Amino acid sequence: MSFTLEGRTGPWEIVVGLEVHAQVISKAKLFSGAATAFGAEPNSQVSFVDAAFPGMLPVINRECVAQAVRTGLGLAAEINLESRFDRKNYFYADLPAGYQISQYQMPIVGQGSVEIVLEDCSVRHIGVTRLHLEQDAGKSFHDRDPALSYIDLNRAGVALMEIVSEPDIRSPEEAGAYLRKLRSILRYLGTCDGNMDEGSMRADVNVSVRKAGESFRTRCEVKNVNSIRFVMHAIEAEARRQIEVWEDGGQVEQETRLYDPSRGITRSMRSKEDAHDYRYFPDPDLLPLVLDPAWVERLKSDLPELPDAKRSRFMRDYGIPAYDAGVLTVDQAVADYFEIVAKGRDARLASNWVTGNLFAAMNETGKSIDDAPVPATHLGQLLDLIADGTINGRIAKDVFEAMVESGEAPEAIVEARGLRQLTDTRAIDTAIAQVLDANADKVAEYKSGKEKLFGFFVGQAMKATGGKANPAAVNEALKRALS
Amino acid sequence: MALDPATVRRIAKLARIRVSDEEVARLQTELSGILGWIEQLNEVDVSGVAPLAGISHQRLPMREDEVTDGGRPDAILANAPARADHFFTVPKVVE
Amino acid sequence: MSLCDLSLAEVRDGLRRRDFTSVDITTACLDAIAELNPKLNAFVTVTGERALEQAAAADRRLAADEVAPLLGVPLAIKDLFCTAGVRTTAGSKILGPFVPPYESTVTANLLRDGAVFLGKANLDEFAMGSSNMTSAYGAVVNPWTRRGDNAQLVPGGSSGGSAAAVAARLAPGATATDTGGSIRQPASFCGIAGIKPTYGRCSRWGIVAFASSLDQAGPMGRTVRDCAIMLASMAGHDPKDSTSAEVPVPDFEAACERGVRGLRIGVPREYRSDAMAPEIEAMWQQGLTWLREQGATLVDVSLPHTKYALATYYIVAPAEASSNLARYDGVRFGLRREGADLQELYENTRAAGFGDEVRRRVLIGTYVLSAGYYDAYYLRAQKLRALILRDFTEAFTKVDALVTPTAPTAAFAMGEKMDDPVTMYLNDIFTVPANMAGIPGLSVPAGLDVSGLPLGLQVLGKPFDEETVFAVGGAIERSANFSTLPSLRAGALS
Repeated sequence: MSFTLEGRTGPWEIVVGLEVHAQVISKAKLFSGAATAFGAEPNSQVSFVDAAFPGMLPVINRECVAQAVRTGLGLAAEINLESRFDRKNYFYADLPAGYQISQYQMPIVGQGSVEIVLEDCSVRHIGVTRLHLEQDAGKSFHDRDPALSYIDLNRAGVALMEIVSEPDIRSPEEAGAYLRKLRSILRYLGTCDGNMDEGSMRADVNVSVRKAGESFRTRCEVKNVNSIRFVMHAIEAEARRQIEVWEDGGQVEQETRLYDPSRGITRSMRSKEDAHDYRYFPDPDLLPLVLDPAWVERLKSDLPELPDAKRSRFMRDYGIPAYDAGVLTVDQAVADYFEIVAKGRDARLASNWVTGNLFAAMNETGKSIDDAPVPATHLGQLLDLIADGTINGRIAKDVFEAMVESGEAPEAIVEARGLRQLTDTRAIDTAIAQVLDANADKVAEYKSGKEKLFGFFVGQAMKATGGKANPAAVNEALKRALS
Repeated sequence: MALDPATVRRIAKLARIRVSDEEVARLQTELSGILGWIEQLNEVDVSGVAPLAGISHQRLPMREDEVTDGGRPDAILANAPARADHFFTVPKVVE
Repeated sequence: MSLCDLSLAEVRDGLRRRDFTSVDITTACLDAIAELNPKLNAFVTVTGERALEQAAAADRRLAADEVAPLLGVPLAIKDLFCTAGVRTTAGSKILGPFVPPYESTVTANLLRDGAVFLGKANLDEFAMGSSNMTSAYGAVVNPWTRRGDNAQLVPGGSSGGSAAAVAARLAPGATATDTGGSIRQPASFCGIAGIKPTYGRCSRWGIVAFASSLDQAGPMGRTVRDCAIMLASMAGHDPKDSTSAEVPVPDFEAACERGVRGLRIGVPREYRSDAMAPEIEAMWQQGLTWLREQGATLVDVSLPHTKYALATYYIVAPAEASSNLARYDGVRFGLRREGADLQELYENTRAAGFGDEVRRRVLIGTYVLSAGYYDAYYLRAQKLRALILRDFTEAFTKVDALVTPTAPTAAFAMGEKMDDPVTMYLNDIFTVPANMAGIPGLSVPAGLDVSGLPLGLQVLGKPFDEETVFAVGGAIERSANFSTLPSLRAGALS
């Protein structure tokens, strides 16, 4: 809980607030009918509205509003039935109108909260200050010409949700947990795909440091950090820089900075010359956004079960530990997969197989849960084969590997490879007799008190049956034979 | 309210309009004159009045989430004073 | 009498009766433009060839007995409306050679109804002005002159080109826009009719924006009926404009004949001032007398905040304009002046592209929105706007319409009122309140001043009650029987 960075003058706390820009999942843009798909040809997904041609006017996309409301509900936040769009005025190469339509004074979503669980299983609640809808800007390419920047407006006007947290975050780990949880919620809701590498989720990180017991010191904003790992690194790098400034007797200036992942440092942004005076005012092309309470209720009743609720249910209904339940519910597809496997079976065993073998196989094959290396129904069948004694747990691991390789159902593999568990006591007795005959010296040692050797005999007997013997039956038969 | 030259320059910078020194002097007089005339509004007691941003007779209408536009980069770029392929171009921006 | 002297209604009806063809009337207009535009500068762009093609197409449809509200009727289009494939300048250099790839909703509605476009009418730059002196394409000359004086007069603004074209009979009607009086004041100065409809009545889509919460398109014509006919085509709900009203378009033309019997006409006492020229006062009284004679009841009303409307306007309109005009940055269309870096490119482009008045307003608007001044200016203006609207709302509980002078003076000479911006702004003192409140306002020619220049009366109505406005305007028009003609006009000896 009390994460600190050590400076020359002693420990420093860090204080972090995050502004997450989450691209709304919608077919069309926030105020125009142009498409939002990623990776299209330059300026091919641009309407005259997006390019701010003379006389063009915005008309809001209902689905983008619905997505913001769903997200607000998912963050247990207040939904403001009346909100408003303001213009944020500034000149920038990829901002065609010279203003961004955003929500400044009256956002669509008010205060909410995100629960995070840390490595040590402690739970914290990070406050959400607000969520508002705004337009994304276009994209500038600086590497295509020595003297020019190239402007592509495909992204200009795509709907973003800006989700602002309270300055409640106290460590890089908490920031990471917050972002992962937020991403998980957004993905459950289907309101943002959370793909940080495609830029559909980006974070501005507000960082300050302080001595224990102090109120806030000056903060700096590290803009546009595009991975969770970089956010965690940027926080530490920026906090260390600030500590150095303070400890050298300097003043941290409130400013906008950029994180340079290759060098692991933050640097001041050069293009911030006029101290931002955004001249916000209500966009006269739009009227106040008034939501019908019944519509909001309908959106609420259609929300999916969210990660926290699912985690609690998994713990309650399946009797699995909090940590495992947390792991299983980060991703809705994983949770769904697990539920197929666990249904009517030993849920703890199912959980172990999903978080252990399945995740390992996904890592190895590079496949995602949507394209799982083993279908959930097959994994379920494998558990059934263990449960009814057709195979034992050791063989099951081999069968699983064969399932990953061949894509075949477990029954078929067991049959084809003759992996059925040996429960025939006569065959087991025969195998044991062979093992004891071949190791008469060890039998003598055992009988003279070296009881540790029992495990050796079990191993040899299992080996003699090709691993197929029921381990419990082998144990019993051995005890009989050695007594 | 009389504007000083620095304020005129600051506003012109915010509005991205280059102004010469002579223009600053002229604008200072003109803008101060307009703002001085506007100051008559201070005689009205507006306490408790809700601000009115626009005349609206209805709720904000909403569009369905359908792709109805785009797919014509040539038309988007047809009026561009400078371009390269299907990009607009500007002097290199350093962030 | 030439075809150019026909009113828009007469042109429409004559075409339907096949008295003449659309090519006949269009040719007559184009000839008149060729003759007079060098003197008037009413058109920035004349699209003669296109007009004749449209006219020929209209004639084929007329020959096939097709009926459309404006089939074959030639019009002038204020150069603030984007017209597909035809250069649109907004009276500014900054749009450069901009050719819109789209047609504004209002002009598209007119084309749908069969209209023929003669060309793009001159205007104050970005519709900012009351004299048409701020156009980057040169001043427009008022076709009227003072008796015994050849001094060139301004046509008013910002729709000066539209007004001059209609008054000089270069076109039977024109589109225009009105943000603070830009239809009504030039109508008054040029002796024609013009209506700014209710905010939301006409779509703003495709009209180069000046101040979005105030801008409204409307028609200019030589008669109230002509305005009613055009407005019926221009108006209508447009899903592309979020502020466009979803209300039906009534039969405006029929409303012109309704008369005023039983109507209660409000006379706002605050419009009266000692500074008002006696002849304006006299004309106002005359107009009110006519209405009483036709059966209306006159009611004294108070609009206590109306005197603050103009100063309020000069916060709200520049604030919105400063933002609306940020898109003219030399990147995607229009003028570009290179610079060492992007900021210099912006500053050079906008310094070269914007004229003095636009620059002033953009700077005022930037200032009143800037940090530390927002509350004192913009927020206060919004509150005053609420009070102005409240005044009108209360007045309209007592009366059906208000009647006032349109402008405090008749047309003035070029070069007059140019000493300081505020003197020019005062031209709009009677017209601006309607924009602040979003209500309809019509100017109708009602008389002449001592030097023989036209003066207009303004009729203000309830939101979306243009019908009553047309009824009152029609009644004034009948009594005034305004028949004096400007000295510069098609067919007149010059």
